[in-house]
Amino acid sequence: MTTLYLTNAQLIDPAGGSVTTGSVTLAKGLISAINGPKPKGATEVDCGGHYLAPGIVDIGVKVGEPGERHKESFRSAGLAAAAGGVTTIVARPDTLPAIDTPETLEFVTRRAAEASPVRIRHMAALTKGREGREMTEIGFLLDAGAVAFTDAFNVSSDTKALSRALTYARSLGALVIGHPQEPGLSKGGAATSGKFASLRGLPAVSPIAERMGLDRDLALIEMTGARYHADQITTSRSLPALERAKAQGLDVTAGTSIHHLTLNEIDVGDYRTFFKFTPPLRSEEDRLAMVEAVASGLIDTISSMHTPADEESKRLPFEEAASGAVALETLLPAAMRLFHAGHIDLPALFRALSLNPARRLGLPQGRMEVGAPADLVLFDPHAPFVMDRFTLRSKSKNTPFDGQRMEGKVLATFVAGTQVFKA
Amino acid sequence: MTFRARHLLGIEHLSPLEITTILDLADRYVDLNRRTVKSSDVLSGMTQINMFFENSTRTQASFELAGKRLGADVMNMSVAQSSVKKGETLIDTAMTLNAMHPDLLVVRHGASGAVNLLASKVNCAVLNAGDGRHEHPTQALLDALTIRRAKGRIQRLTVAICGDIAHSRVARSNLILLGKMENRIRLVAPPTLMPAGVQDFGCELYDDMKKGLEGADVVMMLRLQKERMDGGFIPSEREYYHRYGLDAEKLGHAKPDAIVMHPGPMNRGVEIDGDLADDINRSVIQEQVEMGVAVRMACMDLLARNLRAERGRQIVGAMV
Repeated sequence: MTTLYLTNAQLIDPAGGSVTTGSVTLAKGLISAINGPKPKGATEVDCGGHYLAPGIVDIGVKVGEPGERHKESFRSAGLAAAAGGVTTIVARPDTLPAIDTPETLEFVTRRAAEASPVRIRHMAALTKGREGREMTEIGFLLDAGAVAFTDAFNVSSDTKALSRALTYARSLGALVIGHPQEPGLSKGGAATSGKFASLRGLPAVSPIAERMGLDRDLALIEMTGARYHADQITTSRSLPALERAKAQGLDVTAGTSIHHLTLNEIDVGDYRTFFKFTPPLRSEEDRLAMVEAVASGLIDTISSMHTPADEESKRLPFEEAASGAVALETLLPAAMRLFHAGHIDLPALFRALSLNPARRLGLPQGRMEVGAPADLVLFDPHAPFVMDRFTLRSKSKNTPFDGQRMEGKVLATFVAGTQVFKA
Repeated sequence: MTFRARHLLGIEHLSPLEITTILDLADRYVDLNRRTVKSSDVLSGMTQINMFFENSTRTQASFELAGKRLGADVMNMSVAQSSVKKGETLIDTAMTLNAMHPDLLVVRHGASGAVNLLASKVNCAVLNAGDGRHEHPTQALLDALTIRRAKGRIQRLTVAICGDIAHSRVARSNLILLGKMENRIRLVAPPTLMPAGVQDFGCELYDDMKKGLEGADVVMMLRLQKERMDGGFIPSEREYYHRYGLDAEKLGHAKPDAIVMHPGPMNRGVEIDGDLADDINRSVIQEQVEMGVAVRMACMDLLARNLRAERGRQIVGAMV
């Protein structure tokens, strides 16, 4: 393996909160030196004064394997991730069938390693078939490499079963990722209740449903002591509960999606189904509150919540259409909107994109330091472009940013010291 | 004449001037409809397809009659029991129909926004005959025409819309139209049937019907769907009638010359007292049905004119 010597870069250190000009040496898959001399025989790469950051660790990516390979395969997801600066995909288990046995997990692990240029780690289902009734073989699944346990968007209404699964997970130190949502209240909701949903006549759900779901989950965490991460906090009504739980010392973290940080309910406009999400897009006040919570660190992680959907499932009346968007490639440019708007600086942004997710999953990635894995993204935050969804590498092209002006391009991506993408 | 729209998808996209244009033309069709010989040839040679994904007798009949009186070839597709049930998507159905070159497509669908979606995929004029809880523009227009003929104007009136506002596309279209024409709008409903955020539309909200009707010029009742009556949204039919059913006593709080409207079909004894509905001095419910045909004729006439103009331009463009 050749040694790479990246010079003339602005190094973003999320842990130290700093940006400094310097060089990085990548050898044997690791960052072997920062601002060191050029090693003999190393290939020099001039970064042209652009920014170099730890690659993104994206929790909650849906890949269509097994079951829906026509929407996204490990290969296409990996290529999209490389082009988007995502160096570790943390895949969701809401596949067909669900990843709920060690055998399925081993199968996808093998498939992913063969096909993808970036790292892929897997989450496993918390309950069999993601039905919220019987827990999966959490121990075996941990041994097989599961980094976290989640039923994705399925919320168990059987609180007793959930509490048992959490208790069992705690004994193994497994991280459980919840989707905070009160299933009864949010049933059938395609939009956030309020003026916009009423005007469009869409079945709506109150943001309170998220707070209720979070309240329940946090109470169970208090009871069981399990390690918990909320996949997406999207409304300001959830923040006080989250803040309280953290102050109380519970082992709790939370994420949000890039779409809830950059779009609001009005963007749905004339029933544009590419803007349909679970949970639905919120008000502008909620969006700003989420941005602020990320900047302050109350919300720990930002995810793409990459969800490929084919044209057929989106070309339907809004309430019948599929939810979610592909976002591996648009995550970084969209996140740059927060930087350009002056809401958040680059080290804090990469703390939420790279460092915190890696830390939470116990991975060594996300750090700009000697000895850390050489997973890096080189990008120009100011490069403008107009998004054309048909240029995306994902098999599915459902992005809400289609046709939008964006600023921020990935120039190169490195995984384990090897360049996997070049613009 | 001012009417530039390609489709009639909702009141939201119409200007007050366009609304007035439709109402003025509809007035003339009311006269035509009252003659013995009611036929006209403004749509002659054109094909109108009525596509109702939700069952409807009254609206479909009204559109069919309107088309026939204007000389169009009218076809009814009862989509509720056809290929859509076999898994064909809305878009596929639309594309299939589009290939048959209709000129006017009248669509009703159970999902909000479905008619907008369909309109984006076909190259004929689309009329929304009701989509989910979103809009039912011809109903709002016929209500406006009825009010204008009864009250002499469609501005500066106090209109109370009562009943199941949350699930009603009729309420939404009326709310938008009456707002555009600068009327004072009151919404009267039990809180479970009042949509969220609706106070921002510039209307007054009441859960006490008597207060809501105080001084109203127009009382517009809405149909309460049977499936919403038992326990889900309201405790019972009889409690609803007691608190929100329109009877002579509650109507006494409105202006003495207030008119009573209902989009039909009525649930007598649920949202409206049967005798009141039949009171020719107060109720304009039969007029609404009559105005419905005239308004639909006006809408189709105007859309057909724009369609001809557009196609004319295309032909001229092709020759040049």
